Order: sequence, then C-alpha cells, then structure tokens
Amino acid sequence: MAADTSKIGKSYPPFEYEVGREKIREYANAIGEESDVHQDGEAARAAGFRNVVAPPMFAVVYSAGAMAPAILDPELGINLPMMLHGSQEFVWDEPVCAGDTITTEATVKDISEKDDKSFFVFESVSTNQEGQEVVRGTWTNIVRGG
Amino acid sequence: MADLKQGESVPELKVTPDKYLPHRYAGASGDFNPIHIDPEFAKAVGLENNILHGLYGMAQVARANTAAAGGDPRSLKRLSVQFRAMGKPEVEITVSGTVKEEKDGTVVIDTVADQEGTQIIKNAEAEVAPQ
Repeated sequence: MAADTSKIGKSYPPFEYEVGREKIREYANAIGEESDVHQDGEAARAAGFRNVVAPPMFAVVYSAGAMAPAILDPELGINLPMMLHGSQEFVWDEPVCAGDTITTEATVKDISEKDDKSFFVFESVSTNQEGQEVVRGTWTNIVRGG
Repeated sequence: MADLKQGESVPELKVTPDKYLPHRYAGASGDFNPIHIDPEFAKAVGLENNILHGLYGMAQVARANTAAAGGDPRSLKRLSVQFRAMGKPEVEITVSGTVKEEKDGTVVIDTVADQEGTQIIKNAEAEVAPQ
C-alpha cells in the first residue's frame, strides 16, 4: 500500500485537560518519582512552583486525548494491531502544575514509507491557560506491512 | 549533582517494575492496551508475556537525566528516545548515560535503558540545564 501523503499537515480539534493534584500524585507514584514537589503543595511552592508540579513525562497524560483522534483517524487508515511506537520526543517549556488547564493540538507532520513499513509522524503542541507553551511532542508510529 | 563534563558517565538509575506495575501505569496514564496488562491476550498475539509500556521506560530515562542534573523537574528541557525492544515486568531496568557535550549551561546526555543486556530504549538524547 502506498503511503497517502496528502494528509500531511492535517490538524485535529484542540483537546482541553484540567490538571488535578491527585492525578499528578498517582502518575508520580506509578513511575516511582519520589520528589516531594510532585506530592506536596507547600514543598512545590517553596521550590518556586505555583502548586504541586507534574513530572515532565506527565505530558503523555494531558496529550493523550489530543493524540487518540489523530491515530484513530480513518482517513489515515493506520492498521492499529500492526502499529509500534517507534520514537518519541518532548521539548519542555513552562512547568505544568495542579490547577492548570492544558490545551493540546495534534497535527500530521509527516507520512512516509520504507521497506514495507509506513511511518506516521505527529506533532502535538500543548499550552496552558495563560497561552504559554508547556510542551511540544513528536510522536513517530511505525506500521508494519504498510 | 553529577559532574556533567563531556565523556563522563552520569549515575545509573536501577528500577525493577513489579508484576502489577503495568496495571498501575495503565491507570495513571490512561493507556489500557491489553498487551500491557493481560498476559493471555499478549500470548494470543505472539508475545512471551504482557509487556511494559514504552512510555513508562521513557519516564525512567527522564528520571535518570533529571536526577543527573540535580533533581529539579525544570532542568529537563528535551528528551528524544527510540523504542527498540519490548520491556518486561519483574526484570531490572538499568538507565545509563554519558555526557555528549556541555555548552553554556546546557548539557546533552546520551542515554540507554537496558534489561538483561537488551536495550529497550536506545539513542536517547536528553538536554538538561541544571537549575
């Protein structure tokens, strides 16, 4: 199957996520992150944060709702059982804290083909309620068998 | 804080995800793909057992690099990784890194995550700015 490159540049509706303190704690506990700035509001404020701060990789939690409609987009036709997450990049800016509202928008950055594999590259840009960029993600999914 | 000079190793991070870690990570992240939490499903699709979430492994790489920069979450500026093998629950993960370059307060660290001699994450590159 030839990769349909006509969808490069397609964007998806923004997804809004309200960051809760208990969700940050749950995520920090799951990844084994023990620093008290992810658990305790006073410790976080003493370190210069507005509130309990999310570990950097919490980006996957508030971005997920923006990425799902892109990956599941019937116009892209990704064969999900054959999909692998090939690579991932995040570039962080303003920290994300409990109480923030994060809006993430996903776009199709590239579609290509090599050796019977299709490569789908998505970009996500997340901003907080002040309009400050918090993270920019590049998600590369590889689909075996085209 | 580690001595972040070119060619120096950063402290290793070692963690053994327990049998039920993929369930807790699924709940925390919202990724309930059954290949991560259901051994029977994983075997039915040709895997040896249920596998770790790749992004859990990336979170361990992020932790190791943040710790190397002194522990402040603001110090991690960029992280890119390649997922190269499936991670297993109940097997120790070792994250190790070497400083590639250091310039104007920003340090680039080459990192890998390994389980039993297999690199589950390779060519990871972190950019940190110790606070």
